[in-house]
Amino acid sequence: MPEATLVEAINLALGRAMQDDPDVVVLGEDVGVNGGVFRATAGLQKRFGPERVLDTPLAELLISGLCVGMAAQGLKPVGEIQFMGFIYPCLDQLVNHASRLRNRTQGRLTCPMVLRTPHGAGIRAPEHHSESTEAMLAHIPGLRVVMPSSPERAYGLLLAAIRDPDPVVFLEPTRLYRAAKGEVEDNGEALPLDVAFVLREGRDLTLISWGAMLKETLAAADALSREDISAEVIDLATLKPYDEDTVLGSVAKTGRCVIVHEAARTGGFGAEIAATIAERRLSSLLAPVTRVAGYDTIVPMARLEQYYMPSVERIVTAARGVCQFT
Amino acid sequence: MASRRVNQDLPIIARFEVRRRNYLAPDGSIQRPLPAFASDAKLLVALYRSMVLLRLFDRKAVALQRTGRLGTYAVSLGQEAVSVGIASAMREDDVLLPSYRDNGALLWRGVKLEEILLFWGGDERGNRFSGPVHDFPFCVPVGSQAPHAAGVAYALKLRKEPRVAVCLFGDGATSKGDVYEAMNFAGVHRLPLVFVVANNQWAISVPLRLQTACETLAQKAIAAGFAGEQVDGNDVVAMRAAADEAIAAARDGNGPRFIEAVTYRLGDHTTSDDAARYRSAEEVQARWKEEPIARLRAYLVAQKMWGKAEEQRLAAQCHEHVEAAAERYLATAPRRPETMFDHLYADLPEVYAAQRRELAGEHDA
Repeated sequence: MPEATLVEAINLALGRAMQDDPDVVVLGEDVGVNGGVFRATAGLQKRFGPERVLDTPLAELLISGLCVGMAAQGLKPVGEIQFMGFIYPCLDQLVNHASRLRNRTQGRLTCPMVLRTPHGAGIRAPEHHSESTEAMLAHIPGLRVVMPSSPERAYGLLLAAIRDPDPVVFLEPTRLYRAAKGEVEDNGEALPLDVAFVLREGRDLTLISWGAMLKETLAAADALSREDISAEVIDLATLKPYDEDTVLGSVAKTGRCVIVHEAARTGGFGAEIAATIAERRLSSLLAPVTRVAGYDTIVPMARLEQYYMPSVERIVTAARGVCQFT
Repeated sequence: MASRRVNQDLPIIARFEVRRRNYLAPDGSIQRPLPAFASDAKLLVALYRSMVLLRLFDRKAVALQRTGRLGTYAVSLGQEAVSVGIASAMREDDVLLPSYRDNGALLWRGVKLEEILLFWGGDERGNRFSGPVHDFPFCVPVGSQAPHAAGVAYALKLRKEPRVAVCLFGDGATSKGDVYEAMNFAGVHRLPLVFVVANNQWAISVPLRLQTACETLAQKAIAAGFAGEQVDGNDVVAMRAAADEAIAAARDGNGPRFIEAVTYRLGDHTTSDDAARYRSAEEVQARWKEEPIARLRAYLVAQKMWGKAEEQRLAAQCHEHVEAAAERYLATAPRRPETMFDHLYADLPEVYAAQRRELAGEHDA
């Protein structure tokens, strides 16, 4: 099977979706001739023409609003926001329109759009390029929020997102774009949305994460195994709606849970998972559910960002603490 | 006013103009040669009937609101010619993207009165209306429908369909980036899109002079690279003529147009507003002399297209129509509470289906 980086897998999925469905349109800043600042759309304009792969004016609100209008007309737009730090002008469109067009017209108009954006810190990018505000999006009813953590899942989940009849925000882990490599068969097969992936089975505790933090989380599971602690690792993959069954099933088995996310702790999506576990599996718990998260401060710029993001050590320490809890 | 003059020694590299269109004076007299359709009694009477129906409907809606049977409602009083005139020039398969004050356009396009009442009465089913299935519903967040219009128009152009998107909004919306971003994009791609601003002089309590230093709103199209014109928005003949030209140009591949319909909001912003707090009765009184319905009636009567008997018959018909619609609205039972989940997603994820069952009083095993 051919090997691809995560960003190459995104590119393969976009090409496949455009080839399979003439209604798929890719739009964003620099997505055309330049192929996107991360090259996620490289070669697409040449293959499919400037009408289906269009460079928009530099206006993020417009990109999201165009997607709503195109989707209501039956196209399947895939908009790119160059960095998540620039997605905020789109919130009006996501909250007031994309997420509710189906509901407010009682099914008369629908909004099958995807808004893709690179997510997270760790590439020494300029200011405003490193935030993880996925919980904000996961709070919006009517949206789906999806975040892959490997090339294989990036390919399959993006195809699923584009084929989904409802709006999806697709958050791509920036620091894995080239760092993550894996085998990707460009076979047009989508992975299921709304399903978490168990990346590693274990007995003693459950580690839950999503996006780029899976890298450190899997490394932590390796380190813990050397201490004879068997960690189950779950890639949540779809944050909204998230797969409660897989999470609760795992916690029922292990009795211990550490949630790892790069986003600031307060109001982060880990709080939602912890609350669900407390509500539904309290009797299974052998230790408090613990979060390893970004600190409640502004993501620092390049010189300090490594201290902000949860490290393997912080995850291992938290996991040890949970396992030693009596 | 801010100075427009730069160093006069510099050469001029571009000149722009904005034109104004009007045919009927406030007293209904003819100011300049009329377009051909102005002798089409059937069309003009249809426009007149719609405007009269809209005004009567507004009055009923306010009465329902005042008696606790309807939510907040936005009347079209004084600006009936704008949305009716524009909508009358559209084809069925064109796409309307209205603001919340465009009842006249929806009515013309086949939306039922009771559906409009249902929406303002707090029931989403009002947006699943009898008008064209592709039309957008009322847009409440001001100007945020303009980017949708650009997306719709892009889709129409991509598929090479001879259809046009028509986006309506008010003067306040022209201060928003949404509208400018949409206009800018429409210009770049020469989209089949007509923007119409109902410049009714007031954005709730904020007068036009605090929205913009521009002499006209029409000139905002110049910055986006296409033509804008100012139209007497209380002259339905002018509105229809401007819409005909703009929509035809857009349909023929000549790109977007912008129409500034100059009108006046004779009523409050909505039933939640009291305009007496911020503008004088004298100002409003003076503007009543320019309102669109009396103007068209005077023209129709002068042209012998309309008379007292017709007026009486129309009043009775409209009254009956509005009362029957109000009764149908009031007789519409609310949806069952759990249906609030029914159009959230194409297929409701199980995690929310459980909440639906909870709301329905069903218990999970």
